[in-house]
Amino acid sequence: MDKMPKWADVLLIPLLNLVLALVVSGLVVVLIGQDPFEAMAIMVRGAVGSTYGWGYTLYYATNFIFTGLAVAVAFHAQLFNIGGEGQAQLGSLGVALVCLFVPWPHWSLALAAAIAGGALFGAAWAAIPAYLQAKRGSHIVITTIMFNFIASALLVYLLISSLKAPGMAPETARFPEATRLPFAQDVFAAIGIDWSRSPLNVSFLVGLAACWLVWLLIWRTRLGYEIRAYGQSEPAARYAGISQVKIVMVTMLISGALAGLMGINAVMGEQQRLLQDNVLGAGFVGIAVSLMGRGHPVGVLLAAILFGALYQGGAELEFETSVPREMIVVIQALVILFTGALDNMVRDPVSRMFLRWGRRKPTPQPAGD
Amino acid sequence: MDFLTVIQILDSTVRLAIPLLFACLAGLFSERAGIVDIGLEGKMLVAAFFSAAVAALTGSVWLGLLAGIAAALIFALIHGLASITFRGDQLISGVAINFLASGMTVLIAQDWFSQGGRTPSLSGTGRFNSIDLPGANALEAAHAAAESPGMGLSAIYWELLSGHTILVYVGFLAVPITWWVLFRTRFGLRLRAVGENPGAVDTAGVSVVRLRYAAVLICGLLSGLAGAYLATGLAAGFTRDMTAGRGYIALAALIFAKWRPVYALGACLLFGFLQAVSNRFNVIDLGLIEIPNAFVLALPYILTVVILAGFVGKAIPPRAGGQPYVKER
Amino acid sequence: MAFQDTDTGRPGAAPDPSPGNRGDGATPAIELRGISKSFGPVQANKDIAIRVMPGTIHGIIGENGAGKSTLMSILYGFYKADAGEIRIHGKQTAIPDSQAAISAGIGMVFQHFKLVENFTVLENVVLGAEDGALLRPSLAKARKLLKQLSDEYELHVEPDAKIEDLGVGMQQRVEILKALYRQADILILDEPTGVLTPAEADHLFRILDGLKREGKTIILITHKLREIMETTDTVSVMRRGEMTATVRTADTSPEELAELMVGRKVLLRVDKTAAQPGAPVLQVEDLRVVDSQGVERLRGVSLDVRRGEILGIAGVAGNGQSELLEVLGGMREGQGRVLVNGEPIDLTGTRSDARTRRRRGIGHVPEDRQREGLIMNFYAWENVAFGYHDDPAYNRGPLMDQAAIRADTEAKIAKFDVRPANAWQEARNFSGGNQQKIVIARELERNPDLLLVGQPTRGVDIGAIEFIHEQIVALRDQGKAILLVSVELDEIMSLSDRIAVMFDGRLMGERLPSETDERELGLMMAGISDTGGDHDIAEVERNLAHPSGDPHKES
Repeated sequence: MDKMPKWADVLLIPLLNLVLALVVSGLVVVLIGQDPFEAMAIMVRGAVGSTYGWGYTLYYATNFIFTGLAVAVAFHAQLFNIGGEGQAQLGSLGVALVCLFVPWPHWSLALAAAIAGGALFGAAWAAIPAYLQAKRGSHIVITTIMFNFIASALLVYLLISSLKAPGMAPETARFPEATRLPFAQDVFAAIGIDWSRSPLNVSFLVGLAACWLVWLLIWRTRLGYEIRAYGQSEPAARYAGISQVKIVMVTMLISGALAGLMGINAVMGEQQRLLQDNVLGAGFVGIAVSLMGRGHPVGVLLAAILFGALYQGGAELEFETSVPREMIVVIQALVILFTGALDNMVRDPVSRMFLRWGRRKPTPQPAGD
Repeated sequence: MDFLTVIQILDSTVRLAIPLLFACLAGLFSERAGIVDIGLEGKMLVAAFFSAAVAALTGSVWLGLLAGIAAALIFALIHGLASITFRGDQLISGVAINFLASGMTVLIAQDWFSQGGRTPSLSGTGRFNSIDLPGANALEAAHAAAESPGMGLSAIYWELLSGHTILVYVGFLAVPITWWVLFRTRFGLRLRAVGENPGAVDTAGVSVVRLRYAAVLICGLLSGLAGAYLATGLAAGFTRDMTAGRGYIALAALIFAKWRPVYALGACLLFGFLQAVSNRFNVIDLGLIEIPNAFVLALPYILTVVILAGFVGKAIPPRAGGQPYVKER
Repeated sequence: MAFQDTDTGRPGAAPDPSPGNRGDGATPAIELRGISKSFGPVQANKDIAIRVMPGTIHGIIGENGAGKSTLMSILYGFYKADAGEIRIHGKQTAIPDSQAAISAGIGMVFQHFKLVENFTVLENVVLGAEDGALLRPSLAKARKLLKQLSDEYELHVEPDAKIEDLGVGMQQRVEILKALYRQADILILDEPTGVLTPAEADHLFRILDGLKREGKTIILITHKLREIMETTDTVSVMRRGEMTATVRTADTSPEELAELMVGRKVLLRVDKTAAQPGAPVLQVEDLRVVDSQGVERLRGVSLDVRRGEILGIAGVAGNGQSELLEVLGGMREGQGRVLVNGEPIDLTGTRSDARTRRRRGIGHVPEDRQREGLIMNFYAWENVAFGYHDDPAYNRGPLMDQAAIRADTEAKIAKFDVRPANAWQEARNFSGGNQQKIVIARELERNPDLLLVGQPTRGVDIGAIEFIHEQIVALRDQGKAILLVSVELDEIMSLSDRIAVMFDGRLMGERLPSETDERELGLMMAGISDTGGDHDIAEVERNLAHPSGDPHKES
């Protein structure tokens, strides 16, 4: 049934799914004795009501752009990378090593090196599950999940041993001042605009560039063509001479690298040191972002900003009411559920509706069985 | 390591294997019917929370158990709705369920108890208490009194076999029952068929949807037991994300067991043993060799990957697994 | 001539098939009135009416997409008709699901068997028709009944064999036994001979005759005119969702039926001149393929294909033909020696894939266009580049030159008359024939020295079949070598210049089309090389008990 216009597929249905997820979330808020409309108002005000709110919203969004793109790229090859969390943790480690052990003269050089470091470490962490999938047929969903656990154990180990800074807390020393990325408030101040303090930094621009590059990769290059073809049909890929091992490996390396890049925003941009967990679930948010964004970089960007707002709004909500932060996890779960798994619940009736409209001006079609 | 230590590790193996075993059998029913379930983790978690919460509120662990099972069943129904009725992606549905459980449990725990996302500690009738097999205490006392080596063997009885909660024994019983249901009943035949070729079941005049829902609900029931045991048997209350990846390990055990009940028991005992050993390593100082604590923590996951990569390369999952059934000629 | 226009809706339209046998007042075993069904904008069945008398074989013939299978799915409760009624033995019967169809006495043998592969025959037979909650008594009862049934109808099957170990002919018997075990008295068979050797097909029709004599009613759906002519009592023709005629088989001819199916006169023979073979293009020596399960699928195949000739490979699906095409097309590894234009090609390693094969001048029209030849969700223009996407003409620097690909697509669409002529339509929205034209256009326009062709006309309407056959012959006449694999013996016979028969991973021998016939090829397809002597069906069956092959292609 192909009678549904494209705009309905890419806009209407995701929007309806989102509304459903928000309505159910509202019911959850009612369940724990709060006013959902007030909660919504607090969240919206907190997220986009000030430059402070926007700063945090876009800061979170930057994380989700990277993890969302990571999941999206893998999805195009029909690979479900649940390992964004672990890959981002390793990426953070890569960024931290670059910042800690090389005396950089200027932040821009440090940023370039950190991009390389984060991408490399993230990719490396995706490489083993990718190899096992490509060569041994071990299901990538299970192996990437396991690698999340292993990554967090590895970080715990490093932060209580070789990388530990003096003191009680399991964390590294602060990065040298030269590696500090310009914050939004610095940039805006330079052109005379007053912007509140927030962790939003130039990594956001790197995120935007990543969106464009991923778009180029998937829809304009041969590799992207091969990735999409492989994702649609494995036997067809073999028929066309597209190597399964190559696609699985390369796609997962790109995916892992993108997830790893999250480290430049969270570690280099904000924390300025490596903690036991800099990622804080952003790897999983990437799944929701990618599903909402329908795997398209523009969609991912919009969905990332939406989730950024949700995170920032959720933080305000916890601050002003007794709704804990976990509310965000619930909303995120519901978005994944409605856009990813219950998609047909909305899609079937909507396409039936379009079919009924479409029937008024019938188009001749060959009969098929 | 003396004999008693070995027995103690095995005893702890049994305790730790039980939640894995329930979850693994839960996954077995679901996947044998063609519904892949990575939401075992989430179902265990809600069951753990609601069993502990209701046990804490009513003081009855049995009411807690029922509440836990009910919660897991509701989550199983969500998974069924997504993957059977609306033919959605089963992996994504599972992921959503895990997050939903992770967020909801803390949210509700905070709302009900305001203890930072945990339930109050359970005690007395709020927990499943251990059952002493006849004569176990007497034997243990005798062992403590006489240090003869022959008495050591009796520890197998009073330490390893006796002194578990009722759910442990139920768990072991669930293995032959599962086998019998799958391979000796009409329901089992149909269930296995629907996971291999739902078209065959459908054209034979049996409802694919109903069969798969039945499988998903059995999965909910068993993961409910797993979660309830975790919070009211193994531990004394709920803490946030207390399943700690057990649902995923159960899944790995299921693959390792090639979707067979008896092998599942073996796989779960192995993984339980790994956990028991790693718990033991936390406190035992090895002296010469220094194994990082974090490595021990990660060992079950590393081994799962190793097992997935090597030994089960040719494990053949049910053929129709993961695919929604759409009628076609 | 006894054509009846069913559009008048007169239920008494079908002629009594067996005069003298049954009186005029007999009730039809099955009667459909005014059945209509549409899927969205597509009208698959329009006001269909059929009457089938008990104890007869009724054929339904029509092209791919004519709506035959939709109609049968309605009869078996898979789809609900939008309008119309079904009468079984005169009684109006609602068939909301398969359970209802079964209780109404309808049994269906689907084209793609509905069997659980890792279950035994017995388990498959009792599935859904068990006697109680426990399995053991059901199985014991079924074992006894199965024995009775197989004796009665010559349907011998080993009850404890696993389906995956059985040949397709045996699997089909299990399907028939399933229906009989459920006491079906109306048996519907959908394209039952597609996977059978001629001898097996003959045996199947003898079984059906036996069932007919017992008073069972049989509906046979097929696109093969010969089967209709040889086995049915009455026949209905479907075209574009409508029933264009119902007629007594004795009163019609294949030419007439073909015209009714297509709506115009059709050529049943391929027009071609004698081949002018030149130097060998493809030389294969002792080719072996072992699949991932460790089963040897090709056991030492040697053959030559020369310039300007078509070598046809005949055989029952799953005897290694797919593997032969795949290894030559670079989709699978093999051992042995393969020369193309006198130069060896790698059969393993990194220089053995479809890409390197294309560079060596090998074009490949794969057996399964939907799984292999096309990406169904890609636009037509994206599919035109498929496999050749690294062609410099399609690329500009690191990016693909989409404008160039689209321009090329427009040209190919025009030349091969692909309809609709829309480069921006996704492959899945083209009809089977037009999908195949896209694949053929892509592969032929590359001007390959060697063309591998698998099942070129499967699921393709007659108009497109003619066109595709013409294109293949034209390529031959340009001096190209063509290796054709098809399970349609007619296609092999009419297109090939030489015919090789494959059985169980080996070539049984070669014949010239002018010097052989279907009977001889049929015996060779069953692994019998001594084609002069007498052979009974039991021998054929013994040979076919364990054919190897990729099950997804057995259709």
